[in-house]
Amino acid sequence: MKRHWNRRRKVVLYTVLMALVVLAAFAYGALIPESAAAPDFSQAKLPPSLAHPFGTDWLGRDLFLRTLKGLSVSLTVGVAASLISAVAAVLIGIAAATGSRAVDGVITWIIDLVMGVPHTVLVILISFACGRGLKGLLAGIALTHWTGLARLIRAEVLQLRSQPYIAVSRRLGKSSGWILTRHLLPHLVPQFFVGLILMFPHAILHEASISFLGYGLPPEQPAIGIILAESMKYLSAGMWWLAVCPGLLLVAVVLLIDRLGENLRRIVDPYSAQE
Amino acid sequence: MRLEANKLRFRYDRRSPWVLDGVDFSVSAGERTAIVAPSGFGKSTLALLLAGYLSPTGGQVLLDGAPLPKKGLCPVQLIYQHPERAINPRWRLQQVLEESGSLDSAVLASFGIEEQWLDRFPRELSGGELQRFCVARALMSGAPFLICDEISTMLDVITQAQIWNRILAEAEKRGMGLVAVTHNMALAKRVCTSVFDLEKQEYMAL
Repeated sequence: MKRHWNRRRKVVLYTVLMALVVLAAFAYGALIPESAAAPDFSQAKLPPSLAHPFGTDWLGRDLFLRTLKGLSVSLTVGVAASLISAVAAVLIGIAAATGSRAVDGVITWIIDLVMGVPHTVLVILISFACGRGLKGLLAGIALTHWTGLARLIRAEVLQLRSQPYIAVSRRLGKSSGWILTRHLLPHLVPQFFVGLILMFPHAILHEASISFLGYGLPPEQPAIGIILAESMKYLSAGMWWLAVCPGLLLVAVVLLIDRLGENLRRIVDPYSAQE
Repeated sequence: MRLEANKLRFRYDRRSPWVLDGVDFSVSAGERTAIVAPSGFGKSTLALLLAGYLSPTGGQVLLDGAPLPKKGLCPVQLIYQHPERAINPRWRLQQVLEESGSLDSAVLASFGIEEQWLDRFPRELSGGELQRFCVARALMSGAPFLICDEISTMLDVITQAQIWNRILAEAEKRGMGLVAVTHNMALAKRVCTSVFDLEKQEYMAL
């Protein structure tokens, strides 16, 4: 009998896979010494093999280790930026939904403004203004990715606020703070986590693309965007593995996290929870 | 104590028609009044206004001559027709009751609430079972006025009788003022001491 993979099982599978990837990236990034990926000209320009799964670059550095290092940088940036973004989104969304009409108007206007400008342009501008590097990149990504979730939270809180049980609670003498923490926040927890996980692949991709364009991390850092940018010069020399292997790994990780978030969203969303 | 509506007018916005236009109504502590009218005459709107859930467009709702307090426990509590919307779906029923006071198993038993329900979530109980929680929550708050907006319309007759007997006993004991919004004249006559016809805006003889 064919085993049926339902959504809950898939989520568990994706979570396990993601945990493995994250562990591998961080463990390798932290445990493997710098010397393992040091230049070794006798091993330069080797295509992928068992000894070097991703091949080596023009300096003889093992590309697999460099990619894992790069991935750990990407994951750090992704986690930090999406956490900041998601927390900001919840606070801003609640402020918009519970504040006065003027507050709501201003916040909605800012959301539209940030959403209206292409992310890449905005991230480049902010990153550049903050002096590039890790700080600039973090600021750039964190400041551009909160809008979607903030909108969602705002709508959710507006809808919750019109529920009779909120009115009942107020008439029973409960304060706004009490209602916020006991009635509203528990409803927002799933939205928060789904939003956070779905924001994560975005943040990683933006980190890679901004670093690739040269507005993000400094070139000496083994970020995936940097590896890809450097490999461009060597592609025409036939060293295809320099771009393909790190690129594919990045896409695989991003897709993995995106699928996890999407499946989680469908479980949380009441319209598709019964599928 | 006396709860009164003074030339109460209400509409949702400036272009929409009046839902209520100059309603005078009052109920005193110890009195039980039914509000009857066909559908669409603003019975529920009047209930919401009396309990302070809506603010009137014109006129006033007064409790002993003063407006209802905006903060703290409202002395006029309302029980909705649909209990499943008046209870947070993410709360266990124990939390729902604790929102209005501390639990007492003797009190719970008198409402026909079984101990084992307290651990459950609202979707695991039926409408009638949930309505008992709403009634218990409203009564446990200790408010001197209770407004029941068609609270027993969707219940079977045995549960209806059970819930109403309990409310009447409590109202009698504490000398509460009661307003029952209903379509059901038989129920109104059985439960209340007077009947207010919202359509004609006059009190009817029982």
